[in-house]
Amino acid sequence: MHDEPILKIQRLEKVFGRGCSHCQHEDTRQLEKNFCPYCGTVYACRNISFELFPGEILGIVGESGSGKSTLMQCLYFDETATGGEMFINHEDFKGKNIFALSNQQKRNVRNHILGMVYQNPTKGLKMNFSSIGNIAEKLIAAGNRHVGEMERVGMELLDKVHIPLFRMKEEPKRFSGGMQQRVQIAKALSNYPPILFLDEVTTGLDLSVQASVLDLIKTIQREMGISMIVVSHDLAVIRMLADRTMVMLNGEVIEAGLTDQVLEDPQDAYTQQLVYSLL
Amino acid sequence: MTFLKIEGLKKNFQIVHLNQTIHAVQQLDFSMEQGEFVGITGKSGSGKSTILKSIYRTYLPEAGRIYFDSEKYGWLDLQKASEREIIYLRKYEIGYVSQFLNVMPRTTARQLVEQSVLATGRSLIEAQKEAEKVLSHFELDRKLWDTYPNTFSGGEKLRVNIAIAAVKKPRLLLLDEPTASLDQQSKQKVKEVIQKLKESGTTLLGVFHDIEFMDELCDHIFEMSQQSFKRAGAAL
Repeated sequence: MHDEPILKIQRLEKVFGRGCSHCQHEDTRQLEKNFCPYCGTVYACRNISFELFPGEILGIVGESGSGKSTLMQCLYFDETATGGEMFINHEDFKGKNIFALSNQQKRNVRNHILGMVYQNPTKGLKMNFSSIGNIAEKLIAAGNRHVGEMERVGMELLDKVHIPLFRMKEEPKRFSGGMQQRVQIAKALSNYPPILFLDEVTTGLDLSVQASVLDLIKTIQREMGISMIVVSHDLAVIRMLADRTMVMLNGEVIEAGLTDQVLEDPQDAYTQQLVYSLL
Repeated sequence: MTFLKIEGLKKNFQIVHLNQTIHAVQQLDFSMEQGEFVGITGKSGSGKSTILKSIYRTYLPEAGRIYFDSEKYGWLDLQKASEREIIYLRKYEIGYVSQFLNVMPRTTARQLVEQSVLATGRSLIEAQKEAEKVLSHFELDRKLWDTYPNTFSGGEKLRVNIAIAAVKKPRLLLLDEPTASLDQQSKQKVKEVIQKLKESGTTLLGVFHDIEFMDELCDHIFEMSQQSFKRAGAAL
């Protein structure tokens, strides 16, 4: 087992707003949930640190507005983190704080090392492009120029996510939600990223499609050894997928541990409420 | 040589918003040798499963030490081990079988057992071979191998459950009331399965209700009472 984390996050912070004298100091700040009542600044992510190991699935649970998606967006550079450090164990970026790199270098990281699957497929896919074209877009971004090769990779991936190949030239807007989600996963996988972020990927899917997406995620982990961060408010999904889990509330990680320990012996009052709410 | 040693184990559950504490295990000491089969019995709610779950680190004890003789890490306190170490141990050295089968939906019995082998980094061919071997070893009806376990009977589910854990050949296997809710015939099957595990050299620690069952199989039996062991006796 590898003992070097592939991704390391230290004290990540994301603040929307300027802050004021009431909320700028961490020790004295008094927030309502994650919100400063004096100036309206939102502290979406506060002091978040964790490590992700090769081949591991890390789960993140928490209620709506707890900062899960903001965290993912910071990690994928859709949002700029306002504080903290990100390290990736990759020969080109060893010892470098990824957050401090130029936008061009961040794009480079995103195109070669990271993959993202959004809750809403319209964010991850160009709905009017063909499905295979969507995959090609990511491949081109990652530096591919050979059309035949890109088509081969695209077909292989669409097949892997069980999209019938005779529909590969169709636009995702003509697909069902579950199919769109699977095209999105194929697109995210196309540059063989060692790290994949999955943001509420099964939310809103019916049980049968959910089962096939879960199975797909497990297969990808097993066959490709990809490390993943899975965000979900569905504890059953997290239990199925994640080895370790973090619980977020009001922008902070309030509890973290082995998934079964967090779910069966939660220590924090909020996590207990969450777990006892399970049907 | 001592294989597993528990010193002063204490576990209470704090339910914060009800402001209540549930006392599960107090001041428990215990040790066992490699290759032994030790049974724990006692009334419902006496804290039997808490011991197993504390060893498996599903529960975080309040106090005490749980030493385990790990092949990779040596003599190790499971309470102090890192999460990564626990994940490794669960994958290769410590198995856990409960009476419930909680697995990926729409996955066949054969696939479940294969995946258990694949997770330890072995090849698909090996996994297929091992899965066949263990499923026939535990005498699961061949017709069921390629169907989904949620349609299985309790006894069949249990055998899949044991197969998933046993196929990794763990050094220590924790059995959490595997025979509860089974009829006599299924119980007999499970007994044979456990017997086979024991013969293959697996160290077993199990929680049971069935005294007769334990008397026949266990090297030692402990009875839980007042959140600790009442008596420690050797079975025949």
